[in-house]
Amino acid sequence: MGARYFGASVPRIEDPGLLTGRGRYLDDIKLPGMAEAAFVRSVHAHARIKHIDVTVARNQPGIIAVLTAHDLGVAGKPMPQFAPSPLIKQQRTQHVLASEAVHYVGETIAIVVGDTRAAAEDAAALVEVDYDPLPAVTDLRTALDGDAPRAHEGAPDNHIATMRTKFGDTDQVFARAVHVFRETITQHRGGCHAMECRGVIAAEDEISGQLTVWSSTQAPYMVRRMLAPWLGLDESRVRVIAPQVGGGFGPKGPTYPEEFALAQTARLLKRPIKWVEDRREHFVATTQQRDQIWDVEVAADANGRMLGVRGRCLHDNGAYLPYGLILPGTTMASFPGPYALEALDITLDAAFTNLTPTTPVRGAGRPNVAFMLERLADRIARELKIDRADVRRRSFVRKDQFPYATGTKARDGSPIVFDSGDFHSCLESAVERFSDFRSRQEEARKEGRYLGLGIASYIEDTGLAPFEGATVKVQPNGKVLVLTGAAGQGQGHHTVFAQIAADLLGVPIEDVSVVSGDTGSFPHGIGTVGSRVAVLGGSSVHMAATRVREKALKLASEMLEAAEADLVIESGRVHVAGTDRSIGLADLALRLDGVAGLPLPRETEPGLGATAYFEGRALTFASGTNLAEVEVDVETGTVKILRYVVAHDCGRLINPMLVDGQIRGGVVHGIGNALFERMIYDDSGQPVTTNYGEYLLPTATEIPRIEIIHIETPSPLNPIGVKGAGEGGTIPAAACIISAIEDALTPFNVCIAEHPLSPERIADLIDGAKAT
Amino acid sequence: MKPAPFAYHRPNTINDLVALVASCENAKLIAGGQSLVPMLNMRYVIPDHVIDLNRIESLNFIRENNGAIEIGAMTRQCEIEHDQLIARRAPILQDALRHVGHLQTRSRGTIGGSLCHLDPAAELPGIAALYDATLHIAGPRGTREVNIADWSLGYMTPALEPDEVLTHITFPLWKEPHGHAFLEIARRLGDFAIVGVGCLLALDRNGAIARAAISLVGVSTAPVRLSDTEAALIGQKPTESTFKAAAEHARTIECLEDAQISASYRQRLAGVLVARALKLASARAEITK
Amino acid sequence: MTEQTAPMRERITLTVNGTSVEGLVEPRQHLGDFLRQNLGLTGTHLGCEHGVCGACTVIVDGHPIRSCLMLAVQADGANVTTVEGMAKADGTLHPLQAAFRAHHGLQCGFCTPGMLTTLHAFLSANPNADESAIREAISGNLCRCTGYESIVDAALAAARIMQGGA
Repeated sequence: MGARYFGASVPRIEDPGLLTGRGRYLDDIKLPGMAEAAFVRSVHAHARIKHIDVTVARNQPGIIAVLTAHDLGVAGKPMPQFAPSPLIKQQRTQHVLASEAVHYVGETIAIVVGDTRAAAEDAAALVEVDYDPLPAVTDLRTALDGDAPRAHEGAPDNHIATMRTKFGDTDQVFARAVHVFRETITQHRGGCHAMECRGVIAAEDEISGQLTVWSSTQAPYMVRRMLAPWLGLDESRVRVIAPQVGGGFGPKGPTYPEEFALAQTARLLKRPIKWVEDRREHFVATTQQRDQIWDVEVAADANGRMLGVRGRCLHDNGAYLPYGLILPGTTMASFPGPYALEALDITLDAAFTNLTPTTPVRGAGRPNVAFMLERLADRIARELKIDRADVRRRSFVRKDQFPYATGTKARDGSPIVFDSGDFHSCLESAVERFSDFRSRQEEARKEGRYLGLGIASYIEDTGLAPFEGATVKVQPNGKVLVLTGAAGQGQGHHTVFAQIAADLLGVPIEDVSVVSGDTGSFPHGIGTVGSRVAVLGGSSVHMAATRVREKALKLASEMLEAAEADLVIESGRVHVAGTDRSIGLADLALRLDGVAGLPLPRETEPGLGATAYFEGRALTFASGTNLAEVEVDVETGTVKILRYVVAHDCGRLINPMLVDGQIRGGVVHGIGNALFERMIYDDSGQPVTTNYGEYLLPTATEIPRIEIIHIETPSPLNPIGVKGAGEGGTIPAAACIISAIEDALTPFNVCIAEHPLSPERIADLIDGAKAT
Repeated sequence: MKPAPFAYHRPNTINDLVALVASCENAKLIAGGQSLVPMLNMRYVIPDHVIDLNRIESLNFIRENNGAIEIGAMTRQCEIEHDQLIARRAPILQDALRHVGHLQTRSRGTIGGSLCHLDPAAELPGIAALYDATLHIAGPRGTREVNIADWSLGYMTPALEPDEVLTHITFPLWKEPHGHAFLEIARRLGDFAIVGVGCLLALDRNGAIARAAISLVGVSTAPVRLSDTEAALIGQKPTESTFKAAAEHARTIECLEDAQISASYRQRLAGVLVARALKLASARAEITK
Repeated sequence: MTEQTAPMRERITLTVNGTSVEGLVEPRQHLGDFLRQNLGLTGTHLGCEHGVCGACTVIVDGHPIRSCLMLAVQADGANVTTVEGMAKADGTLHPLQAAFRAHHGLQCGFCTPGMLTTLHAFLSANPNADESAIREAISGNLCRCTGYESIVDAALAAARIMQGGA
């Protein structure tokens, strides 16, 4: 195969429409007779609902219906559990509409349907909900204490589950370690803040009874799986379509109450209904992430090599369990980081609080674990007065150890194995760029300027099981169609799939089109979560296109009367090498699409197409090291990021330009977590930061250029050698920035074990260190 | 997130405006709308009437008159930002405007809107305080003037009767050559200031401070002028120790506290920024004297 | 709030992307909704509706503005350019649009129309803008996908082409 496109920075096939205002996002869809919905949401973090009065609201002009759980027939029928687990002690999923109690601010109580969104909002404001407020659990630190209020009335406690990951003899390793250090580390929650909020349209076809749900989701097949049985419908009667989706970053992965409510309401009212989440709703009703508190110890030898880690994690799951234990599970799956530990023993306790539920946000539990492990690595360096990079160098899994069984186990009990990588090369290539840093740092300090260099290394498990699939088909006009279940939210999946197919089928990329994210056009899919689509979707396109190629060559060989070995595919035609004989893919496709009266060639199935599923039997591990240089103004506590370098290994690069985009966006998300984004709740569970003036996203003026170094160690686990790249930018970024700030403040002996850090907090840390 | 319904009015003259304001109950005036419309969209304010000032052309001007700069209330921030007269005569306004919102909000936002909205962290009221500006008001009882020092009656409450409107602002210019500085700490460029400091400083022939004005925003419900500090600076040499003493003074002012920022951090920034602003302004004054 | 009566509407006439259009709008309808709902110009995106994200930026009488913070009725008589008005009639992309594609200045595409209109207005007025000026110009536009660098690169490249009289 001529790799004309694979590996090249091909401009995206998605772009022309998006650049000219012709993207078709959920809110751009308009159906005849479509009504618009708004939701009445809880204003309390925890309360009994005594009474809901909708009479005034129902009588407003432009109002079609105001429905409570009883009206909708969904009272006492909570949403299904997406990911059941025997570890879950208290199974609590949200009701589509709350009728008896609410457990976080923003929980859905009633749906208001009007001619316009404005009319629906007018009426929603007139729905009277009579609450009996209850004490709320808002502090994770005390959520599992015996005397803590209960997040759910009548529950024995707020404990969801205990998870444990363990290998080696921790007692023995800690007993013989030269150094043992203990840290308490906290990380605070933020949101995904895709620039497009969520949204749903539901419409039932009167004649066929087909229910179509458009949703700005990362996982249309999962929406269908959750929705169909709950509605009592065959899956064949439910079609879920993810249109153009304006960013996902994790929280568009779960299925939400609004999807259920819209589907049910559209069927009840017999008309299409649209709901588009507004930004204020997004702050309370879309899942969030990162609240964890770690109490951990690290064991190191005399040279600072990390030997073992043990401790406990307290994990805030918010008010419900919409996504099973997947989020805490990703935390546990992130061990042991890139380090060849001899022993590990981590216990995680997940707790309910009366805050917005949590599910993975870009990186899921991985940035938490990276932050924790990297703080420990920096601690070792500080205590032993050695170079921070040396702790990593001495503790990393070495190149000659791959494939490397970490000691941890996957969900099915199989050993987790790092498939390939070169952690040391990543580290050295990034460190090299800062060879003059320490002398510059010393010079700057003489002028009263405080520079710091941060470092953070990481692994990212990608290519999550079970599978994605694709159909690749040459149409009778010679153009190639790729159908896949794997939907994108801006990553450029259509382009990379087209690159793979175009190379294998010898057509220009312009002749490939991709359809994705529609359960009506491809039978099976899982979802775009956990950096899995390039690995699984890309491999399935590769497999399907390879079969199409074989089929084309076989047929061409018969029709051209030439040996397959003599055939080449180029510019959409199969040529007999060294001759002027050729046949177009279009002709082959037409032949296999069949002509009445003419039998197909023997042992050939119809259509110049093939369907393939690639199963992710084992995870493939991306890895890397980031370095950041910052300057801290010690008088004001403000931080300026001066330089950021990423050395990254995600296996073979299908499209380096797109990988760079994934990394840069991911790093900036992590910088947001480190310095800007803080979802604040008051003691009663009221969200305080519910607009973009209060909740701060990183902006162009606050962010440096991000230099990227690619190291490519192909994955042996898939036919195209790739690893996921969607979250690797985010995972180490907060750790790297905090490491840099701590380094800058070395003269003050400031130790940092938390994020986000505001300038005020940095100023306080400096003052606190000065005082001791 | 759609506003509740309201009636819309669009007067063309100040007289029509004053008459409308007097006749409409529960009305809101819309200038640039960059603070009002978010509050409408979020239904934080639910007026019955919105009266649009954007077609009253006589409220839009920048001119020099009698040793003062006069700016019409409906003059857009972007116009002030790029005005040549302002660049020559009161460049600190342009330095401050760089911190006011963003390109798109300055396209619509007006100086009068900023002064009437009176957000504690807004930069433009701080510059008005720095110049001892006068606010000109029209109402059914005629026109009157209010000094900036008397403008704030409390949190986001200007000294305007419900039937009055701000028409323009006068910034008396300093006759003596002087340096200026506007410095601000915000979480990100364009955010409301945690603390912002404006400073004008003139030096005498011997290089001692002849006149100083310092105002702070973000620290209190209204801009704060450091009159005592300014007086104490007169006759001092512009040295680090002079600036440090001024900073110590600034650090003692009473400051606001909110969910994200403590009073003591604001005091800290007030001290740091006052010292830095004085230093920058005096360096610029050196050049002008 | 008391019971509502049918809302009053105002008639407006404005020019959008060079074409004169009329509309009947409730005073509370903002310009962004008017463009999207009444005119079907869904390229203008609403990301926050409180004037921070910049996705809804359009150009009104030469200035980039947030269309969620301007009432449609206020745009009576105005000249409005949206992202749909940037490419030439024959479909040729504006240099900024072409540069965004070449430099991967967009991922999910949701913030993109606001970035393009902001930069279109800004670079038209400031053709010599450097990186830091461009970063300031888009500091009122949030993007969650790109980390901004590719947008800045696209703007710098487009500025060179726009200066060349393309």
